[in-house]
Amino acid sequence: MTNENRHIAFICSKGNLDMAYPALVMGWAALGNGIDVTLFFTFWGMDLIRKTRVDHLEIAPVANTSMKMSMMGIDTGNLGIPNVMGVLPGMTAFATNLMNDKMKKLGVPPVREYLQMLSDGGAKMFACKMSVDMFDLKESDFIEGVGGIVTAGDFMDMTEGAQIIFI
Amino acid sequence: MSNKVIAGVPVQVNAEGFMTNPAEWTKDVAIEIAREEGLPELTDAHWKVIDFCRSTSEDGKSPTLRTITNGTGLTTKELFALFPKGPAKKVAKIAGLGKPEGCV
Repeated sequence: MTNENRHIAFICSKGNLDMAYPALVMGWAALGNGIDVTLFFTFWGMDLIRKTRVDHLEIAPVANTSMKMSMMGIDTGNLGIPNVMGVLPGMTAFATNLMNDKMKKLGVPPVREYLQMLSDGGAKMFACKMSVDMFDLKESDFIEGVGGIVTAGDFMDMTEGAQIIFI
Repeated sequence: MSNKVIAGVPVQVNAEGFMTNPAEWTKDVAIEIAREEGLPELTDAHWKVIDFCRSTSEDGKSPTLRTITNGTGLTTKELFALFPKGPAKKVAKIAGLGKPEGCV
């Protein structure tokens, strides 16, 4: 272990905008600190690397108990967004815009650019074979930087000794 | 916090080896720290990054990697090639600054 570089692998299984960022932020921090990074995209997480989906990730207010009215700038304390309001047309787009604006103000890059940074910084990215088959996808559906489609077994081989984080 | 002599200059470093007083930093100190970090030679491109960090640093902390690429015009690939295996920490150490405090 002494001569082996530290290695962190992230399994990204969610395609919601808010769940896209944890692996990106931590992965980038890891690269900055000289830690090897592998990203494995499975199931909905493949939206992060799909050309047609990466720029359109969304966050839905329905059934999200942490999303409060006060986040929209209305001083209402712990009052949540009623689920019945969340189902109205446009509410998901509204919440998505709100989050994208906040991220932009903080200087956080959009998901596509973030993935490019990670790839340029040396992170390795792979899509899950079973999910790819399930969604009828092929390698050309993925953004540049994705190193291929691998099986769960391949993932186990390439992450021997790594710390694994499931998101 | 401890005292250390780098390139003949007495400097203060914290437990992780980052200098705590940017005023103690000299170019010779940077060259010596770079050697310790596995960079035998600092090229003009290295100095461009170091100078940028020192001139934009607030409170003695190094800027984040994204701030560096945006500010110097270097690409992420170039920055990682100049300071391989952990540019965030390496740049900060060599520039005599503390670890960056932002996340991107």
